[in-house]
Amino acid sequence: MADTPKPEELTKIDHTAPLKGWMDTPVELKPGIYCHAASPKDLEAVDTPNVHEWRPGDEDWNLPDNWKNVVEDGFKLRLDRFRSFKLFMDICVRCGACADKCHFFIGSGDPKNMPVLRAELFRSVYRKKFTTGGKLFGRLAGARDLTEDVLKEWWYYLYQCTECRRCSLFCPYGIDTAEITIMGRELTNDLGLNIGWVAGPVANCYLKSNHIGLLPNVIKDNIEFFVDDIEDITGIRMDPDFNRKGAEILFVTPSGDYFADPGTYTCMGYLMLFHYLKAQGLDITWSTYAAEGGNFGFFTSHEMAKRLNAKIYAEAKRLGVKWILGGECGHMWRVVHQYMDTFNGPADFLEEPVSPITGTKFENAKSTKMVHIVEFTADLIKNNKLKLDPSRNDNVILTYHDSCNPARGMGFLEEPRYVIKNVCNNFYEMPSNTIREQTFCCGSGAGLNAGENMELRMRGGLPRANAVRYVHEKYGVNMMACICAIDRAAFPTLMEYWVPEVDITGIHELVANALVFEGEKKRTTDLRGEPLPGMEDE
Amino acid sequence: MNFLVSIAVSFVAFIIVVLIPLIGIGAFGMYTFFGIVVPYAAMATFFLGVIIRVIGWARSPVPFRIPTTAGQEESFPWIKTDPIDNPKDTKGVIMRMLLEVLCFRSLFRNVRLEYRDADDGTRITFEWEKWLWIAAIIFHYSFLVIFLRHFRFFTEPIPGFVHVLEKLDGFLQMGVVPVIGFGVPGVYITDMLLVAAVTYLLVRRIYISQVRYVSLSQDYFPLFLILGLGITGILMRYFIRVDITSVKELVLGLFKFSPTVPDGIGVMFFIHLFIVCVLISYIPFSKLMHMGGIFLSPTRNLANNNRKVRHVNPWNYPVKVHTYEEYEDEFRDLLIEAGIPVEKQPDEKVEQS
Repeated sequence: MADTPKPEELTKIDHTAPLKGWMDTPVELKPGIYCHAASPKDLEAVDTPNVHEWRPGDEDWNLPDNWKNVVEDGFKLRLDRFRSFKLFMDICVRCGACADKCHFFIGSGDPKNMPVLRAELFRSVYRKKFTTGGKLFGRLAGARDLTEDVLKEWWYYLYQCTECRRCSLFCPYGIDTAEITIMGRELTNDLGLNIGWVAGPVANCYLKSNHIGLLPNVIKDNIEFFVDDIEDITGIRMDPDFNRKGAEILFVTPSGDYFADPGTYTCMGYLMLFHYLKAQGLDITWSTYAAEGGNFGFFTSHEMAKRLNAKIYAEAKRLGVKWILGGECGHMWRVVHQYMDTFNGPADFLEEPVSPITGTKFENAKSTKMVHIVEFTADLIKNNKLKLDPSRNDNVILTYHDSCNPARGMGFLEEPRYVIKNVCNNFYEMPSNTIREQTFCCGSGAGLNAGENMELRMRGGLPRANAVRYVHEKYGVNMMACICAIDRAAFPTLMEYWVPEVDITGIHELVANALVFEGEKKRTTDLRGEPLPGMEDE
Repeated sequence: MNFLVSIAVSFVAFIIVVLIPLIGIGAFGMYTFFGIVVPYAAMATFFLGVIIRVIGWARSPVPFRIPTTAGQEESFPWIKTDPIDNPKDTKGVIMRMLLEVLCFRSLFRNVRLEYRDADDGTRITFEWEKWLWIAAIIFHYSFLVIFLRHFRFFTEPIPGFVHVLEKLDGFLQMGVVPVIGFGVPGVYITDMLLVAAVTYLLVRRIYISQVRYVSLSQDYFPLFLILGLGITGILMRYFIRVDITSVKELVLGLFKFSPTVPDGIGVMFFIHLFIVCVLISYIPFSKLMHMGGIFLSPTRNLANNNRKVRHVNPWNYPVKVHTYEEYEDEFRDLLIEAGIPVEKQPDEKVEQS
């Protein structure tokens, strides 16, 4: 693994693009930027074609003999299937408005990380293959042949895009680089060129229903540990159940919450909220089969996303629940909100979601029948169903990171803020160009949360971290909330590198800290075992 | 020095576009060809080309509803939504599209990265940058006004709106003593604005390193064409007069499908006309199709009502999934051991198999 440069070296970034044309600048795969190849075993588990041994750093990628045909046919197929792809190949005017909007370009200065150029890597081949001008005039018309070097360049930059869609916000034609990255990754996957940190979780999710491959009993054990911890802190024992038929609601969350700090605290938050509401009529069950809300298939192909997503409706149907509640997760919610109903619906075996506590109908979810837990909690708070003591979070000086997918794929902006303001007294926003729909990615999304590409992750996370540093210096912010499992996994490392004074939390951890149970013992610590305000000596 | 090649190639192409009518008319007197054949061919190419292109796009379905949401979604009644930047229904989409098409809403968001790495820390800020938006607005609207003003030549009698436009457009300069001696008519603001905006777009394309880096010859070529169009138009209007009555006779003839080429039209007009013909024939084959494409863009023209109204993918196909039965078969013992309910007990499984 390459040594990650120190922050002060890494910030020496020149955003000036070179004079030498990009087509004349061959790709150079730099260690620390790219991920390891997928293991053949993981690819075979989901019947991926053209599985073979290869390493990105090698000269020869052992491509199948017909690789060009695979790419050309696959390209054509996707042009015919996706208007987005076809249109985005044609209408870019290269105005450059997207150029300095990408966190990877800002953090690396690599001109091929400008969204427009990331797309041009594909458009150039598209012109050569599918347009008259490109066929006639070749390079003069910005067209080039598909070669192994071009394929390597595609691969290198496809896996330097987190599909965060920030560029698409600024594009006058709405060109969405995520669409191009998704198609490009599908093509690389067809050649067996997926990366380890996507293919591993995909295989695990497919076979074991969570991305790290926990066995069902271990999922339950982990949650039992949380239950023990919660009992130590509150004196109350939660009693979650699993795969229970006839429950009213199925709860699905990203599996990172079962085992990785600080997601585990968020998971404890869910458990406490559900237990609190039980007396008021909440009837909810967890599933070890639909144990993964996150969908690494989405970083592989539409088909793989659909194959993994199918488990959620299937399990809801098997258990006979009325509707589904979803945990805090980013791309999971992009898939749930924009794809699930289309992939695997209609969910006519479910009912339109109604909160059993408040009676609120979730009108905006009446077809997909899946509700975001932050919506659910916001509604509870609005209807005074939770007794909250926000002063328990007074040690926290909070800022909030809008996770890319809920922000730009849903418009989920006010719900989390409403909950935060009710459970936390010290809340400060980061600068307006870095939040809400303009939010910056953590730099590790879309399957790039690996170890070997640490330099890339630190670079990609720089714009976000820089905004965090700003509020840390200005307001003393020491905690950042987010509603994304990849955020919760990636940010601690990013913060340690750029702003070590700031920690990461999910929203429901803060909710649970503030939640006052009837008959609970006097709490002295928060869910992390840190003393509550005023309890430092006890 | 790749960008120089791109500029040179497109500039040479542009010069050829100018030379063709210059030589064709000047040396060979090919009036019918340049006055009738080329315009008809260009119009046919334009209309057919645009239709074929748009149909081509429309033939690819929109399998998923993927709007880029740029504001608060529809949520509870007590949460204020952003009905335009995050439309919940067709009405919202229409508003969003109108703002996008008429006001370049997304481009208006543009900011400029200001990156400063100093001893006291790294500062990443975003500065005001509306120049691209301003230039784009000025350019497109000037072009539109100029095009509409040209109806003076396309129709007889001249429609009322043309007079209104001419009056408004010439308002600032009316009554001003002509700069170049006598006989110069009132100067139209849009003529100046168009040339200024196109020049800005050209200069920024070369000056800003990132934009220069991504620019292709086909990015420079239309700018040269439009600049050439503007300059030849201005030359004809203010400096090198052509016989306007004959020009109108020719143009009217074209539109009435009884084309004639009257004598005495200067070569400058044929250059102007030829550039127009090249430009409109070029549109269907180029990025200039963005004007049609924006209407079809799935990140802009769809409502964000995904969880409320189901979107259907016309090519949705069944996929292989790992079913619960397979899952339970594999983990039944572990599930039972953990006290998690199962569908079949181990003995049942034995009986069935």
